[in-house]
Amino acid sequence: MKPFAYARAATVEEAAGLYAAHPGARYLGGGTNLVDLMKLGVEEPAALVDVSRLPLDTVDELPDGSVRVGATVRNSDLAAHPTVRDRYPALSQALLAGASGQLRNAATTGGNLLQRTRCPYFQDTDKPCNKRVPGSGCAARDGAHRDHAVLGHSPQCIATHPSDLAVALAALDARVELYGAGGARTVPAAEFHRLPGDRPEQDTEIRPGELITGVVLPAAPAGLPSLYRKARDRASYAFALASVAAVLGVEGGVVRHVGIAFGALAHRPWRARRAERALLGAAPTTAAFERAADLELAAAEPLRDNAYKVRLARNLAVDALERLAHGSPRTGN
Amino acid sequence: MDSMGSRNDSAGADDGAGRPGNGRGAAPGEPPDPAGGTGPAGRSAARHGTSRPPGRHHSEVTLRVNGTPRTLTVDHRSVLLDVLRERLDLVGAKKGCDHGQCGSCTVLVDGRRVNSCLLPAVALDGCDITTVEGLADGGAPHPLQQAFLDRDAFQCGYCTPGQLCSAVGAVAEAEAGHPSLVTDPGAPSGRPVPLGPDEIRERLSGNLCRCGAYPNIVRAVEDVIR
Repeated sequence: MKPFAYARAATVEEAAGLYAAHPGARYLGGGTNLVDLMKLGVEEPAALVDVSRLPLDTVDELPDGSVRVGATVRNSDLAAHPTVRDRYPALSQALLAGASGQLRNAATTGGNLLQRTRCPYFQDTDKPCNKRVPGSGCAARDGAHRDHAVLGHSPQCIATHPSDLAVALAALDARVELYGAGGARTVPAAEFHRLPGDRPEQDTEIRPGELITGVVLPAAPAGLPSLYRKARDRASYAFALASVAAVLGVEGGVVRHVGIAFGALAHRPWRARRAERALLGAAPTTAAFERAADLELAAAEPLRDNAYKVRLARNLAVDALERLAHGSPRTGN
Repeated sequence: MDSMGSRNDSAGADDGAGRPGNGRGAAPGEPPDPAGGTGPAGRSAARHGTSRPPGRHHSEVTLRVNGTPRTLTVDHRSVLLDVLRERLDLVGAKKGCDHGQCGSCTVLVDGRRVNSCLLPAVALDGCDITTVEGLADGGAPHPLQQAFLDRDAFQCGYCTPGQLCSAVGAVAEAEAGHPSLVTDPGAPSGRPVPLGPDEIRERLSGNLCRCGAYPNIVRAVEDVIR
């Protein structure tokens, strides 16, 4: 690992200033991904600006009924927060489906969204990877890619985004708060991560030096049945092969509110807008759920070894929606 | 922690070797004295010659380790695991994967279990650290340590310090009402979560055991929560 400078910021403004003053700096949250990537030589920051102790560690209810989560709230604390468990169960479940107890105690809300892909070629500095070294090629496309994308990938990159939290935030219409040289702004969580296109090195819409300060959970889905389902190679402590976050509101026998997002299928959480449009106003039947899932996944372009993900994601989505419609939202992961 | 411009001395300095530092560091050419000159930290630092005054790439931190404050100058690259093992002679926490995947380095920071291999020590200034060496109460083993002995909850023992610290943290989390993925979502928030075998397995999934001692690890944890 290359030597680096270190500074702990006391305020958001100070953090942004320190970042700007130190070319090659990275923000340090819980460090659970960044420090790993530094050990691997994938990340070589000249300086770390420690934002892990910024006073952004609370979950607050806002006057309009929304809930604001500070960027330094630890994953374990957010998953256990009574307001989150009661109003946004999919969010709590997604957090608890990720990583281990130890990692969740360290990982922050902001850092979770900015974690990098676990594509093994991205993590191996001996291999070509357009995300790590733009223009170097993609070893995954013809390599070991059973864990990789089936939706929205590009010739340059087939990586998936590994966050479980981000999938739940996308389904719940959350917004990501950012602060940088241009001031404060918010971006819909479903659009915060981007598709790789010909710039796979850019995971998100964040601008250089911008800092995630929080996430806002809107009032609309609060209290509606929601859940997170995750399929993986072992029962616990593994990244998703496919996952789904879903929220469903049914009134008068028809769907009045629906949010569906897939994880581990694409370079970003895949918000299933086509499926949602098909379900709004329809009766919440198994046939309708199957039709909606098939409609969404018709866009899939599986690679040589990951076509199984399409069927897996379809079944996860149908199962999740059935559980929500029938009032038995145990995740059963 | 001060900014890079002051205590960490970012203004164009090199590693800080040979610099007078910030008034608290050693003078040029003088061996640093990060732990007050006595105790394992002082001996270890002198033996390895790894300590130096704060500078662009080093900072002074104070960690309260198993109840004892330890002040030392750390290379920013040093993770807590390496500081414990290489500087403080606390070799209970083990280096397994060194990438946060196996749990053998688990310790408690401010009472919460974490992977010490992924935590830069410089970021922990002022924190309370409990390692497996600090679990026992004087000569009496921690109840979990005794349960691991009684249940033969290990074979080679390499993962055991991490299993113990992780289990201590997991039991505390459940008592504080933290759910796990297998907790009934309808369970009341904030109330202690009862730990059966499924809960224990899920909550300890971040600690791998290559010997496969899992069945008796689960039984040992069950023993202490009854």
